[in-house]
Amino acid sequence: MIFRHRILATLGTLSALLAIVTPEVVLADGAAAPAGRLLLLPIIGLVLAGGIGLLTRWTLWQPLVSLVLLFGSALMLPGAVAGFAGAIGGPAYWQSLIAFWLLTWNFAERLSAAIRDGRLPETGTGVIIPITFGLTLLILWEAITRGANVPPVLLPAPSAIGTQLANSAPILWADFVQTFIKSVIPGYVIGCLAGLVVAIAVDRSPFLKAGLLPIGNFMSALPIIGIAPIMVMWFGFDWQSKAAVVVAMTFFPMLVNTVAGLNAASSIERDLMRTYAASYWQTLLKLRLPAAGPFIFNALKINSTLALIGAIVAEFFGTPVVGMGFRISTGVGRLAIDLVWAEIAVAAVAGSAFYGVLALIERGVTFWHPSVRGGRA
Amino acid sequence: MSVTTTTSTTGTGAALAVVQAQNLGLTFPTADGDVVALSDVNLTIEKGDFVSFIGPSGCGKTTFLRTIADLEQPTSGTLRINGQTPENARKDRAYGYVFQAPALYPWRTIEKNVALPLEIMGHSQAQQTERIKRTLDLVNLSGFEKKYPWQLSGGMQQRASIARALAFDADLLLMDEPFGALDEIVRDHLNSELLKLWDRTKKTICFVTHSIPEAVYLSTKIVVMSPRPGRVTDVIESNLPRERPLDIRETPEFLAIAARVRDGLRAGHSYEEVV
Repeated sequence: MIFRHRILATLGTLSALLAIVTPEVVLADGAAAPAGRLLLLPIIGLVLAGGIGLLTRWTLWQPLVSLVLLFGSALMLPGAVAGFAGAIGGPAYWQSLIAFWLLTWNFAERLSAAIRDGRLPETGTGVIIPITFGLTLLILWEAITRGANVPPVLLPAPSAIGTQLANSAPILWADFVQTFIKSVIPGYVIGCLAGLVVAIAVDRSPFLKAGLLPIGNFMSALPIIGIAPIMVMWFGFDWQSKAAVVVAMTFFPMLVNTVAGLNAASSIERDLMRTYAASYWQTLLKLRLPAAGPFIFNALKINSTLALIGAIVAEFFGTPVVGMGFRISTGVGRLAIDLVWAEIAVAAVAGSAFYGVLALIERGVTFWHPSVRGGRA
Repeated sequence: MSVTTTTSTTGTGAALAVVQAQNLGLTFPTADGDVVALSDVNLTIEKGDFVSFIGPSGCGKTTFLRTIADLEQPTSGTLRINGQTPENARKDRAYGYVFQAPALYPWRTIEKNVALPLEIMGHSQAQQTERIKRTLDLVNLSGFEKKYPWQLSGGMQQRASIARALAFDADLLLMDEPFGALDEIVRDHLNSELLKLWDRTKKTICFVTHSIPEAVYLSTKIVVMSPRPGRVTDVIESNLPRERPLDIRETPEFLAIAARVRDGLRAGHSYEEVV
């Protein structure tokens, strides 16, 4: 472990130094700006000090030193752009990027090692690694699209998407209301409630169990999204047809999961209810529904992503001139790719928030389940 | 089929009998043919008895207890609980049942678990509070009302399940190897607690076990059973005093009863099955 850390630190520091030295080659065809020259010395100092610091046994400060080193290498990217290392896309630019990647890796490794060994508390520091990882991906994306001159139609830089997000906020908000608030939420609520109620009916009636459940399993295997054009014909162009698609998509996962969940209570727990001469509804409310909780929440979480997919794709088949799916399909046609990406970003945030809220409620409601409390059964 | 009356064990008047079984039989149909779980069982349990059912696995002791509780239906003979059919007795909430596992609902706190039968039977809030407090005191679990079952040890969980069975004050307590999963130290402790509880509440207790010392220590009457088909081979009346300290297990009287139980098990060829 320590050995790998040293290799990472050495490699990262060396490639950072290499990136700083490379300008001499590049500078042959153009003088560097004096400001860029001045920037050079403190960065060299920072990188050298950091690299040496990492090779010592001074373990307590290693995550911090790594962070400083990472910060220094991140500075080199705009530094490279500013001129001391030549043009965007030059050898020094890519060298800086490699150094940046290695040092980020180094930082994440050391931080997770420090948390694992108990040198740092887990609360709070635990979120730093995923945040660093996400930011690094964004920086790499930005640097590669700029450095390699990727055409914006293929893949716009994150900064361009960010600008578009800010500039077309009213459009994006209207699309969000149309798709998420008007189609997803009502469709999701109706679909999940209907699935739950029908599951209880299926469980009560042997006839429905024999007749409806095989059809339910068959239907859940169908690509429901194929019915979207029919729903548009039935319910019109506005949000009602999209909500109907969402109802159809969310109904069967809830039905199948709840039917399974209602059988989750053990025979000894049911016998107990029988010894109390409890009625069907008492057994359902006090035993079988609570025991089905983990299954029901599983369906709710699956359905949260299905609902968003369903509503967006259904809008491809006809919609008033608003909505996330409409914006994506017309945006691609007009080559307004950064708007499409902005829409995708909104959908991703909305979908994650939806899922996250459900996961939080699940933790509160099924706190007793071994998978939540982290204990044995 | 016709039902013959009196046998060797049904001496006293039927009016006092809490459980009365006559020629009771139960056959489970399975894919490889019928399995005879109970055959020609005759037994009378009187009010205030502490009856242990002992025998190797497959002897039908649990099945007999479940038949009393109307969780299984007999296929022949008659069974009366307080003079009623088992189904009516169950609907009358005539008994509390303690299973092999605590079967506490993990989403309910200990006090809410004890309140479960009270909620189902429609007791008022004030009554519930009073009975929860009384029964948790009885099993020495005061102070753990707000804990969840998975926060307690196995012995405490089983005590909570006994409290739950006592909460609605049925006169008959059916216990199916309640301490089977616990270690011997905890089991000894709970056994002496159970005896005190039986003495205090004057309940009738049917107790399934496969431990000879446990059966002899607890019971006023020991029913020895043997398998294939499940049947009663001996009924032993214990003459030990009601007050029983743990060291009664070293006395000659105790050892004599234990020897008789062991002989009964051997006579039923039970040991061959347990290897």
